Amino acid sequence: MQELLSQYETVKETQVKVWFKVGLESDFPENSGACIKYKTKQIAVYNFKRKAKWYACQNLCPHKMEMVLSLGMIGDKDGIPKVACPLHKKNFSLEDGSNLNGDDLKIATYPVKIENGIVYIGFTDKN
Amino acid sequence: MKKILVVGNGMVGFKFCEKFVEHQDNKGFKIMVFGEEPRPAYDRVHLSAFFEDQDAKALEMAPREWYEEHNIELITDERITAIHRSSKKITTTKDLHYKYDYLVLATGSAPFVPNIPGIEKRGVFVYRTIEDLEAILAFAKDLRSEQKGEIKAAVLGGGLLGLEAAKAVLDMGFEPHVVEFASKLMPRQLDTRASKVLQEKIESLGIHVHLSKATNRIMGEDAITGMEFGEYDKIDVDMLVVSAGIRPRDELARTCSLEMGTRGGIIVNNKMQTKDPEIYAIGEVALYNNMIYGLVAPGYDMAEVAINQILGNREIVMKDDIDMSTKLKLIGVDVASYGEPFMPVEKGYSIIYENKTKNLYKRINVSHDGKTLLGGILVGDASDYNMFHQIYLNGLPIPEDAEELILGSRGEGGSSFGSVADIPDAAQVCSCESVTKGDICCSITDGGCTNLGDVISKTKATTGCGGCKPMVVDLINETLKSLGKEVKETLCEHFSFNRQELYDLIKINKVKDYDEAINLFGEGDGCEVCKPALASIFATITMETPNRQVGIQDTNDRFLANIQRNGTYSVVPRIAGGEITPDKLIVIGEVAKKYDLYTKITGGQRIDLFGAQLNQLPLIWKELIDAGFESGHAYGKSLRTVKSCVGSTWCRYGMHESVTFAIDIENRYKGLRSPHKLKGGVSGCIRECAEARGKDFGLIAVEGGWNLYVCGNGGATPKHAQLLAEQLDEATVIKYLDRFLMYYIRTAGPLVRTAPWLEKLDGGIDYLKKIVIEDTLGIAEELELEMQGLVNKYECEWKQAIEDPNMSKRFKHFVNVDDTDDNLVFVPMRDQKMPKAWS
Repeated sequence: MQELLSQYETVKETQVKVWFKVGLESDFPENSGACIKYKTKQIAVYNFKRKAKWYACQNLCPHKMEMVLSLGMIGDKDGIPKVACPLHKKNFSLEDGSNLNGDDLKIATYPVKIENGIVYIGFTDKN
Repeated sequence: MKKILVVGNGMVGFKFCEKFVEHQDNKGFKIMVFGEEPRPAYDRVHLSAFFEDQDAKALEMAPREWYEEHNIELITDERITAIHRSSKKITTTKDLHYKYDYLVLATGSAPFVPNIPGIEKRGVFVYRTIEDLEAILAFAKDLRSEQKGEIKAAVLGGGLLGLEAAKAVLDMGFEPHVVEFASKLMPRQLDTRASKVLQEKIESLGIHVHLSKATNRIMGEDAITGMEFGEYDKIDVDMLVVSAGIRPRDELARTCSLEMGTRGGIIVNNKMQTKDPEIYAIGEVALYNNMIYGLVAPGYDMAEVAINQILGNREIVMKDDIDMSTKLKLIGVDVASYGEPFMPVEKGYSIIYENKTKNLYKRINVSHDGKTLLGGILVGDASDYNMFHQIYLNGLPIPEDAEELILGSRGEGGSSFGSVADIPDAAQVCSCESVTKGDICCSITDGGCTNLGDVISKTKATTGCGGCKPMVVDLINETLKSLGKEVKETLCEHFSFNRQELYDLIKINKVKDYDEAINLFGEGDGCEVCKPALASIFATITMETPNRQVGIQDTNDRFLANIQRNGTYSVVPRIAGGEITPDKLIVIGEVAKKYDLYTKITGGQRIDLFGAQLNQLPLIWKELIDAGFESGHAYGKSLRTVKSCVGSTWCRYGMHESVTFAIDIENRYKGLRSPHKLKGGVSGCIRECAEARGKDFGLIAVEGGWNLYVCGNGGATPKHAQLLAEQLDEATVIKYLDRFLMYYIRTAGPLVRTAPWLEKLDGGIDYLKKIVIEDTLGIAEELELEMQGLVNKYECEWKQAIEDPNMSKRFKHFVNVDDTDDNLVFVPMRDQKMPKAWS
């Protein structure tokens, strides 16, 4: 299980080596999430239509190790964009991956880029 | 820089560090903490949670980084072996030496293991540390792989910890046996009758209780096979957990001749100082007033006193009387005792209420003059504990007729208790964190707090066991009111309106969707509270299904199925009234077989198909719809089922046709969204086989018609539904149900079921009768019309979903590839499958 978790590490925009094309903007639901696959990784992608922002993070909820975060509801807490895990409503910041309920859990986040209506996720491609 | 060495990194040792770093005069000190266990301090009180998820991290009081951040040196996996008082040094197992200015002993206690022949055998465990639990789990795993059939595990000790251990054994799937030397369970906290009530309740849960048993011998060759109490009195067990009390870990005190009690424990004064004024002892190792206190709250108080003494606040000392009141949930049963649970006749008298059919026991002990509450016991329902505890602690006045405390006031409405406002400021409301009423009120009046969240972060109240939360909420509301601030119930940070206000705003302004609503009446991007709440409001105004505004639906509603533990979904087709033809049953069976789904009959008389992946959902629905099924809305905050008994069509006792009526009602309200789920029941006679009074609405056939009951539920806080009207014909039942349901849907808060809604409704059931039957508000017709409008607009949302050309996009695991989730692992179970356990 730890192995599953260890393949997710936050990627900063400056570290990106590969911009991986995951689909058209219109493939993704508005103000909601969907999941994409990159090699062995499952990445949740969120389209915050209301403020024209996109976020991505691991699909794996570190609490119970299930591939579910893309199914969670999105929104904000004190202005921080977040996702609530559908299983136990743990809230994670989509800016830095921290748990907003004050737990020790953390998720990896990934940069998203939109060019000509195409959605790309940034990876360092270490593994 | 003075050095404080804390020996022991348990809950109390940790609390010492936490309180120390928060203290304002803590400059000039450096703390080092030693723990013999491999990990930092964890919450031992909730140790049994480890059996559920094996998540040691979740139990941690604070991560290692916390110690670093606060400049505390934490050394784990290393025990202290000796104290050298003359040189003010300690020695560790690694033969390292450390100098101290102050030494704080928080070594806690160890389980007491009685000297029974054979106790050293394999399969005998204690229950104290995470390592103990890991050893138990490993042994249990081996047992399971070797042995078919029922595995029996005994717990030696029927006290508080023993029963916790029994719960853990039960959860592991073993047959639990509790063996107690005394003639009753929890002998220290409960009287004989209370203990009996507890015993009957836990026996009904499958725990075997053996009382008045002294174990002579542990049987078995190398591993345990049984326990022998007398020549012909034995039980066979495969495992034993010893939980027969605790002994203070005071061996260090012997190495430096500190003063000790005859039965162990390091003697301390009210400053928590041992004989050596530079050595303090706190928690379960400290013998104060000739007592060891095995609860965490007094241990925390001791930590506070020791800190103040070290920092020179000499006037802060330990109280003489230590409150040993406690409330807990043992194996799902509330148990509480406070003050003096047993009552010597010379001090006062007792009033006892016992209800065996409900496993309830309440006892209060009152002074002879009837003016003071001295203590008591609650078993089965401890919801009044906080108030009793406060009355006891603060000597608050009690009703002239003391029995009203447990039997309730006989008068119309009104509580027998005073208000939280009557409690003195010094009263401790949160005993885990020692927060007084004054602290809470001041955090609002002077500290700038304006809501529960603020008060919690400022005072830490409710962060321990959480039992004081209702009282803290009341205090906050009262204090805000006294400041003239409006106490406003709001949905969440995005909408400063309550659900009813939003319902009206959306309806009157004909708001078309969530985006428009948040633009007009809210702010920000919304959250998992307001989105589903508004989705429910839209649905109850226009009967729109979750297919219209997919993004604001809770995950279950978004995919029209119930998300399960591993992220797969379960599917429940509607089987109105629980009636189904053999042909339809066969279809369900065939679908389940084809998609390899685990099937189970639900509590609502229908069939749940588990383990479907997202992409399979539309395929499964298609097959079910083709066979004449429709969505059962098992995933929604909506009408679930109307349960029925077989009624007069078959039953020799049946008075009316309960199945037919249940089907009609279920079909009438199917798809109806509401603040929370809605369940109904129809029974064909007063034997009540459909359990209609445990539902949000229930009908029972009587001579001359139907009795209509409303606002009951099962679940965590079971409530019987209350009688709304008697001997109704079917048309009147529907009329009243329309009015009742619509009024509830309009006025209830989000996720408030009918029972708590009625509890909060001013005037209660009598007021509801006035609205529904007498129509005193003059809205009855409007409510009926509104309901009829919703009923007319019903559409099966599964059918909608599969007919939508964009449907396949929603029910795909990955956007960019057609693969399915390859992380799902199922394991076989009783000829079906289940998700692999969480690791």
